[in-house]
Amino acid sequence: MSTREKIITVSNLYKKFGSFTANDDLTFDVYKGEIFGFLGANGAGKTTAIKILCGLSKPTSGKATIAGFDVYTQTEAIKNSIGYMSQKFSLYEDLTVAENIRFFGGIYGMTRKDIKIKTQLLLDKLGLQDSAKKLIKDLPLGWRQKLAFSIAIVHDPKIVFLDEPTGGVDPITRRQFWNQIYEAASEGVTVFVTTHYMDEAEYCDRVSIMVDGRIAALDTPQKLKETFGADSMNDVFIKLARGDNK
Amino acid sequence: MKHFLGFVIKEFYHIFRDKRTLAILFIMPVVQMLLFGYVVTNEIKDAKIGILDHSQDVVTKKITDKLVSSGYFVVTKVLTSEDQIGACFRNASVKEVVVFEPDFAVKLQRDNKAAVHLIADASDANSANLIVSYTSAIINDYVQKENAQAAIPMQIGIESRMLYNEELKGVYMFVPGTMTLILVLICALLTSVSIVREKELGTMEILLASPLRPLQIIIGKVMPYAVLSFVNVITILLLSNFVFGLPIQGSIVLLLLESMLFILLSLSVGIFISTSTSSQQTAMLMSMMGLMLPTIILSGFIYPVENMPLVLQWLCHVNPSTYFIIIIKNIMLKGLGFMGVWKETLVLCGMIVFFITMSVRKFKIRLE
Repeated sequence: MSTREKIITVSNLYKKFGSFTANDDLTFDVYKGEIFGFLGANGAGKTTAIKILCGLSKPTSGKATIAGFDVYTQTEAIKNSIGYMSQKFSLYEDLTVAENIRFFGGIYGMTRKDIKIKTQLLLDKLGLQDSAKKLIKDLPLGWRQKLAFSIAIVHDPKIVFLDEPTGGVDPITRRQFWNQIYEAASEGVTVFVTTHYMDEAEYCDRVSIMVDGRIAALDTPQKLKETFGADSMNDVFIKLARGDNK
Repeated sequence: MKHFLGFVIKEFYHIFRDKRTLAILFIMPVVQMLLFGYVVTNEIKDAKIGILDHSQDVVTKKITDKLVSSGYFVVTKVLTSEDQIGACFRNASVKEVVVFEPDFAVKLQRDNKAAVHLIADASDANSANLIVSYTSAIINDYVQKENAQAAIPMQIGIESRMLYNEELKGVYMFVPGTMTLILVLICALLTSVSIVREKELGTMEILLASPLRPLQIIIGKVMPYAVLSFVNVITILLLSNFVFGLPIQGSIVLLLLESMLFILLSLSVGIFISTSTSSQQTAMLMSMMGLMLPTIILSGFIYPVENMPLVLQWLCHVNPSTYFIIIIKNIMLKGLGFMGVWKETLVLCGMIVFFITMSVRKFKIRLE
């Protein structure tokens, strides 16, 4: 594991808002092509950490590099090497499928030619050839989500951050969505995903669980279950959240 | 620069695919101009009056003719006795009754004095006022001309002249205000709503996480509205010139530059509103209540600022529209140059700096 290339390194990272410590001494690495699950209850500090990793917010102290770029000084380079998708899997509803692809490709500085090729590829892959000129609002929710993910990685980022990407989606669509994630990971994209569905945590290569701003556990789902003597990730999480292990 | 252009194009898609936005952008300005120009008017035209002439002589006939030929009045009732006056007003067949006393011409000849009684329907106080003052003006005018012939000594003739708007046309008053109102609505309301919509949809997060800089995002969002507002300024000026015959006395270049300045100010107000809220409805309410009403009432658009209670006058003085209306009036009607509007221009500049500074401070780069 450790021989692989590190794409995210975080060490002794703190983020404080006044007297409140949102991220308390975070240290972890993420490897290239890995699906890294970032779990925690609401308010555990997940979002704060993601913002720092996406170059949107600066840490109070500690070190972090994303794709080799420093979060203090090279936020621009970071933003160019990542993709981001939020829980609202947002696309512009009054633009067509093709226009959305063109727009998001464009803001990442892709050339017109690249965008054209990518659009064709993407439409073929998703089976959306006939819908290229349809407005997003006329697409079913499941399709929108697939498209949102494809667009988040349209510019071939090294890392893609998914912030609770499956909120409010039915189980079948979630399953399909995870297939998409696997596919992306197999192509070498590192996937950093936050979720509060514990069954989804099982799909990740490694999982970190945050409690009160700290990383309470970090390992493969299998090892975590063994360590905590639990049958499922859900049990692991409940035990951790109760503080049974302390 | 290239991804910035794509951003602006996307914004135009939003605008041209939303019927409501299109209506506000292109139909509302024209409708408002026509409404204010034709409907909301302070002029009187063909006001119905009744004549009760107890004298029936040459002078009263002449005065009546003068009233009718002025174009302001139509005689719809010729009364024969005082008793009929009440009924006329009750069934609203006249707005005013002009009563000449008996032996009008004789008294005028003998005593240099005769009485006309003007009775007006003041259930609509404004028009009653106007009608009475128009009538008395016409009668005075007649008397003065007669006097000049008779050469009666020691007469004080008052001659008034309405500068910048000789005919007291309502349009002169409404064009500056309407233009201001439209710019405020389009720039502040539409931009604040469109920025907040991105927040609501969650696309703002994606934009912030992209290589676009926050400043590029904001400029990209407001740019199309700035361009379209400028188009509107030109439409309004053309309409007011060709439809209502309102001339532009001063420099048109200066007027356009000042309009751009005000567009910039309204945009910064819109941005400021969008940083203070994350729901489209709140943004819309804030723009409507916080901007539209003050622009109409507290800006000198309709009601003169000097006549307001002191506290309201203070409010007028923090209202950007007040200054822009003064600027337009000074340039369009009075034909003043930059030296005539530099103070107001300075205030507008100061306000732009204020709102942009406040917005930058409030701009939350953090993801929700």
